[in-house]
Amino acid sequence: MKVTRETVTGWLQAAPLTVVLLGFLVAPIITIVIVSFWQATEFSIIPAFSLENYEFLFGSPVTYKVFAATFKYAFLTWAMTLAIGFTVAYYLAFHIRSQTMQIALFLLCTIPFWTSNIIRMISWIPFLGRNGIANQTLISWGVIDQPLEWLLYSDFSVILAFVHLYTLFMVVPIFNTMMRIDRNLIEAARDNGASGFQTLVHVIIPLTKPGIMIGTIFVLTLVMGDFITVRFMSGSQRANVGRLISNDIALLQYPSAAATAVVLLCTVLIVIGILLRFVNIRKEL
Amino acid sequence: MRTAHDLELVNLTKRYGDTVAVDAINHVFAPGSYVCLLGPSGCGKSSTLRMIAGHESVSEGAIRLNGVDISALPPAKRGTAMMFQNYALFPHLSVKDNVAFSLRMKGVDKTARHAKAMELLELVDMAHLSERLPTQLSGGQQQRVALARALVTEPEVLLLDEPLSALDPFLRVRMRAELKRLQRELGITFLHVTHGQDEALALADEVVVMNNAVIEQAGPAREVFNTPRTEFVARFMGGHNVVTLDGKLHAIRSDAVRLGAEGMPATVSAIEYQGDRVAVTAQAEGQEPIIALMSDEAFYSNDINPGEQVRLAWDEGRLHRLRA
Repeated sequence: MKVTRETVTGWLQAAPLTVVLLGFLVAPIITIVIVSFWQATEFSIIPAFSLENYEFLFGSPVTYKVFAATFKYAFLTWAMTLAIGFTVAYYLAFHIRSQTMQIALFLLCTIPFWTSNIIRMISWIPFLGRNGIANQTLISWGVIDQPLEWLLYSDFSVILAFVHLYTLFMVVPIFNTMMRIDRNLIEAARDNGASGFQTLVHVIIPLTKPGIMIGTIFVLTLVMGDFITVRFMSGSQRANVGRLISNDIALLQYPSAAATAVVLLCTVLIVIGILLRFVNIRKEL
Repeated sequence: MRTAHDLELVNLTKRYGDTVAVDAINHVFAPGSYVCLLGPSGCGKSSTLRMIAGHESVSEGAIRLNGVDISALPPAKRGTAMMFQNYALFPHLSVKDNVAFSLRMKGVDKTARHAKAMELLELVDMAHLSERLPTQLSGGQQQRVALARALVTEPEVLLLDEPLSALDPFLRVRMRAELKRLQRELGITFLHVTHGQDEALALADEVVVMNNAVIEQAGPAREVFNTPRTEFVARFMGGHNVVTLDGKLHAIRSDAVRLGAEGMPATVSAIEYQGDRVAVTAQAEGQEPIIALMSDEAFYSNDINPGEQVRLAWDEGRLHRLRA
């Protein structure tokens, strides 16, 4: 290739971002991969090349259980954020006619994001607790006699918090894709005799797929990498891969934590790789 | 001529809040004719078309097809089909599936609907590209597909919303011949909205000129061009001079104006060579600039230059009085 002035300028323009990514993304990942092959005892870390961490990880039934729990959280959260996110985005994009109203309602959706994740999570606790607002209300209505135990510190509360925290990550990309759908297509579908539901299934959903896919990637990576939500909302009674890693770190078992992190990273990448085979998101980016 | 199978607009009105887009228009479209709705932007022609298609609600009045008021029916139940300005092809479906879309909505099975779609693609000469996606087609090809998709519903009236405006001039002329041929072959009514008078004249059996939410004039293309009823029509159709004689407005075709020894005195202000013809613009007292179109032979046989005094003449019979 001939090196022209333009190519040099091009490389220079790309350089700052490349440096940032190399320094703050690629280098740490390489470090984690290297550390994952080290050995550790209770009080020391030994640089070596050993498969000990991986052997332990793949040999332990706990790993499989925790990965299964992580997938369960990810799947249920995904399904619910998708259902809610699609509905909200659809309503905003196709039922709100005035643009001012659209922007106002969209901003309304983002207001919860002005507070931190932890505060939003913790605020569920007095609501869902044994003597919380939810239980007291249900008892006073006579719906139940005993407080519901599964409202807090359960899979229910964990998934509820996840859905609450991450639905917006579904709404935004789906709304964005929907807004780009040519309104004439909806009319053309009607002109061709499609009912509202048929238009949804045959026109809107296929054209919204890239947005759904981007939202899916956001939600999956967030949920699969999370540890704090699971810890708070389950009262430390549930585990996912993130908690496995955070426990190892708390015990200063960095090599073991690194190995788990590498396995988690690969798992998430494989899942995303599979998803991307189904939908081409390139034109959305 | 009235038959049982015509499309009729009765006091059709469209209001958007306080603005009236279409003001109580009445018109009967003869079956099997090529009709052009012509007018400047904002004249109400698109609103009229969209009301007929069912994509815009009717504020008042009725749309009757075959004697039945269709104004409350959903678009697909009206016996009309619409071809959209930007074609509105479904980007995620192949050409064949785009054409078969309405059949799929009706629940026709795959083999039958694909066979029917191929039949229509054959008609518009697009069968060989049936597996392509719309983005892989040129503008003209997309338009053919849109046409096939509209025709697959077997409409009695095909509504075309500025169908040629997205094409380059060369393709536009070719597609307009194509449209005319299809209309003749199918024998259904084509209702074509356009703001180009040349397009309307080239295509239409009947031209309906709209302005300010009402129909200014309707009739055969030749009649509308030769005998414009109002000043607006004369100006909009082009090729006419509007002259004031005895305080009344008259239209005279530019090619009927001669430069002669007698007639209205005027000063030549501009000369424009147009290839086959020459347009001489002359300014007479108390008149707007008058254009005389003459063959280049006639023009070059006597030497005329800007600033010279000439006399404008025409046969009395070609002068056409305009309604105020």
